[in-house]
Amino acid sequence: MSTAADAQSPDPAEPARTRGVTLRACGLTKVYGSGEVAVHALRGVDLDLYESELLVLLGASGSGKSTLLNILGGLDRPSDGRVWFRDLDLTAASESALTRYRRDHVGFVFQFYNLMPSLTALENVALVTEIAPKPMAPAEALALVGLEDRLNHFPAQLSGGEQQRVAIARAIAKRPDVLLCDEPTGALDSTTGIRVLEAIESVNRNLGTTTALITHNAPIASIADRVVRFGDGHIVEVTENPDRRPAHELEW
Amino acid sequence: MRALNRKLLRDLWRLRGQVLAIALVIASGVAVLVMSLTALEALQGTAEAYYERYRFAQVFASVKRAPERLASRIAALPGVQAVETRIVELAILDIEGFAEPVIGILASIPERGEPQLNRLALRQGRFVAPGRPDEVVISESFSEGHGLGPGDHLHAIMNGHKRRLDVVGVALSPEYVYSIGPGALMPDDQRFGVLWMGEEALAAAYDLDGAFNDVALSLLRGAASEDVIDRLDLLLARYGGIGAFDRKDQVSNWFVMNELDQLKNLATILPTIFLSVAAFLTNMVLNRLIAIERSEIGLVKAFGYSSLEIGWHYMKLVMAIAGLGIVIGWSLGSWLGNFLTETLAEQYRFPFIYYRPGPAAYAIAALVSLGAALLGTWGAVRRAVALPPAEAMQPPAPPLYRRTRMGALAARLDQPTRMIFRQILRWPLRSAMTSLGVALAIAVLIISLHWLDSITHMVQVYFFDAQHQDVTVALVEPQSSVVTREFARLPGVLAVEPGRQLSVRFRSGQREKRESISGLPRDAWMQPAYDAGGEAVAIPPEGLVLSKKLAEILAVGRGDSVTVEVLEGRRPVREVPVAGVVETYIGTAAYMSLEAANRMMRERPSVDLLHLLVDPRQQAALFAELKELPEVSAVMLRRATVDKFYETMARIMYIFITFYIVFACTLAVGVAYNSARIALSERGRELATLRVLGMSRLEISYILLGEVAILVFIGLPLGCLCGAGLAWLVTDLFETDLYRVPLVIEPSTFGYSILIAVAATVVSAALVRRRVDRLDLIAVLKTRE
Repeated sequence: MSTAADAQSPDPAEPARTRGVTLRACGLTKVYGSGEVAVHALRGVDLDLYESELLVLLGASGSGKSTLLNILGGLDRPSDGRVWFRDLDLTAASESALTRYRRDHVGFVFQFYNLMPSLTALENVALVTEIAPKPMAPAEALALVGLEDRLNHFPAQLSGGEQQRVAIARAIAKRPDVLLCDEPTGALDSTTGIRVLEAIESVNRNLGTTTALITHNAPIASIADRVVRFGDGHIVEVTENPDRRPAHELEW
Repeated sequence: MRALNRKLLRDLWRLRGQVLAIALVIASGVAVLVMSLTALEALQGTAEAYYERYRFAQVFASVKRAPERLASRIAALPGVQAVETRIVELAILDIEGFAEPVIGILASIPERGEPQLNRLALRQGRFVAPGRPDEVVISESFSEGHGLGPGDHLHAIMNGHKRRLDVVGVALSPEYVYSIGPGALMPDDQRFGVLWMGEEALAAAYDLDGAFNDVALSLLRGAASEDVIDRLDLLLARYGGIGAFDRKDQVSNWFVMNELDQLKNLATILPTIFLSVAAFLTNMVLNRLIAIERSEIGLVKAFGYSSLEIGWHYMKLVMAIAGLGIVIGWSLGSWLGNFLTETLAEQYRFPFIYYRPGPAAYAIAALVSLGAALLGTWGAVRRAVALPPAEAMQPPAPPLYRRTRMGALAARLDQPTRMIFRQILRWPLRSAMTSLGVALAIAVLIISLHWLDSITHMVQVYFFDAQHQDVTVALVEPQSSVVTREFARLPGVLAVEPGRQLSVRFRSGQREKRESISGLPRDAWMQPAYDAGGEAVAIPPEGLVLSKKLAEILAVGRGDSVTVEVLEGRRPVREVPVAGVVETYIGTAAYMSLEAANRMMRERPSVDLLHLLVDPRQQAALFAELKELPEVSAVMLRRATVDKFYETMARIMYIFITFYIVFACTLAVGVAYNSARIALSERGRELATLRVLGMSRLEISYILLGEVAILVFIGLPLGCLCGAGLAWLVTDLFETDLYRVPLVIEPSTFGYSILIAVAATVVSAALVRRRVDRLDLIAVLKTRE
């Protein structure tokens, strides 16, 4: 699945030209506040996200996984360390370059869907495709998440799981290079949650979108290519998972 | 401090921008009311105190010549408290270095001691000394108009003789608070003055030894002035009395009262509208502000606070905001009220100012503002506490939007624009309120600004369309119409139009009114009977043409007849038919043909007023001649009258209007800022999500401010409509006997009002835009607000 040629080992001082690396984080720290009240959310994190992989970030709340995701998504800047999206140094990028990055390359899925209540499912997706450079048709994106017959429903007329799948369709319709999901099943019951994970899984498999998914729900980790376990601002453990389980086999 | 109170303080600080904006809206309403009412109260109080302290008379009468012994008979009339007989004459004054003839009133004062009534407030120098016939005390306005003071001198044509008079003092009199010359509308400090002379000196000059030609009375408490007037008229009739009149018809007082009436309108109608608008806006803004607090209310309720405690908490928040507004409004209003009183008092020539505002204005303003604020809050708080806590803590379920039939248009809209439209249509009431708020801000701008249009129009019609003479000359006595030809020969006179002024009392049933009838030649063009509708009205050979206001006062119309009691000459009493009614903006005029007037008086063709058209190059020569003519009692210049009108009436209006405009702008900013700011709080999460999804700041500002822009846009024509409606209402309420200000709104007034409202919106949008740029993108990923 990799396209580029060279395969050097990660070098903290070099951009992520390495074959197959979509996002590279080097020595990330993030401190909120200062002095006695300083909170160290990240205490030196090095991590590569490879092309097309499905990465699950596990950890207790406050372990720093969301902070990492925000920085990878161009929503926040680290206190120290650097982040590259391919050749683009996100840590040095201007505010408008970050907007551009989010617009063209990143898809977000939120815990609470964050749909526009005033727009239908189709229009919520169109909201993003209208500003993306190479989007798919909104209806196509909704079909990918199994909502082809709910196109003209407003969020208020959809169940929680359906709303989250609209959010996923919205995130993938632009054909993002990176899909970032923060607790996408956190507000859902297990059956609905599994349907949502299936949608994410299918996007990852069929479109080859690099996907990072935050959860504190350990069983979900079994659908990942790699599992990164967080604790107190560090990466505690990285586990390769050669046998991904399909989402529909999950139970919690 | 209790935690909830601490929350209160923090909330106030967090919302400080909005708190200030709302407080300023409240302050505007409060300040306008306090300013206007306290100034009015002060002027009324000052006038009353002045009249009281300087013993302003209650009944006045002029006669040709009455013997001094009549005074005791007048004093014996039932109801009379004190009598002051005196000599009052008009004279042309000649002041060195001032080309135009000046009209002077010469009034007698006792040479020893103070007069019983209409006492003078000496400002400089001293009173006249006995046995010094050339000493005069002059009115303060006149003294200032020419820089004359004790030690200076001037000349007067007295009874055909030119005399040098020495100024020994400067004084004010309650009779000349509004120091106005005959036929003038506005005080003119340069062309009119009052001179007080010793009684004996003045009697000698006018051959009135042992006689008087003017009398003033004060009445016992409870005495009816009508009865005294009737008895006095009977007594004076054989001495050439031209009708006694009440204080309310005394020229200076009539003007003062009229202007106070006008001020009362300015001070009550407009501020009431302001305060109502401010109250409405406060209500609207607070309602939405509290609605946003919904989840916090649920949370606090979940902790076990009662609905009452929570309600009280938000009431305190609102009272703090309203309290701030009220205090700002009070202080600003007091300061402006004091300033306004001083400015107006200068106009009215009071010797002192009685500025001691009572609590009423403050209390009314505070109660209305606070009431509106609490009412606005109450609805929102009640809705919030009515929810079960668990539900309240959740964000409101996504509101159900509907696809609306926007037809072919919808297909062309991009999603952000669609969001704007759906948002507006989903909350039609709220959207309508925002538009209405903007509309009201524009409306108050229009009613403030349109006065200028109306006054300009009034001046144009009254002074330019209806009058064409340059100079009007009043004669001491009516003269044969031959005098017209004599005046035509004076230097620079291009044309002469004669006229006759008759002092009369109109009666119709129980209604009566003292006025004068203008006798006009049939082909009058310099000063014809002019209908404000835009044309001169031909004077019928018989009958009266009345101004609409006078017809209203007498409750008569065309075809009715009125009783005319002439108060001079042979004093005929006639039933005269009303042949026509014309609309006039100023005064309550009545017209008659010159021939008919002469017939009614049983006089040979005679005139006492001459309108002159003058070659401006020879004006100086004309003035020099007029100053020397013994038969001339007064000379009036149209140009000077117009200038004075603008200087005085317009000045008062401008002061008020300027304040109103400033307050109207505050309202506009308050509405626009709060609307945008609340929209931001309501939709912050949505907008932040869009930012995360990759929309630029400009794109999300478009969604937020686009909505505000559309609502403002809808508010613009609505505001023009409301403004025109309110202006019509105000104009209607604004009418006094003296003025009927016409309703005129120039297109530019609409334009300026819209421009100011749009500017206010743009400024507010720019302020809110800064907040849009600082939206917290991370917060929306996790939390629900």
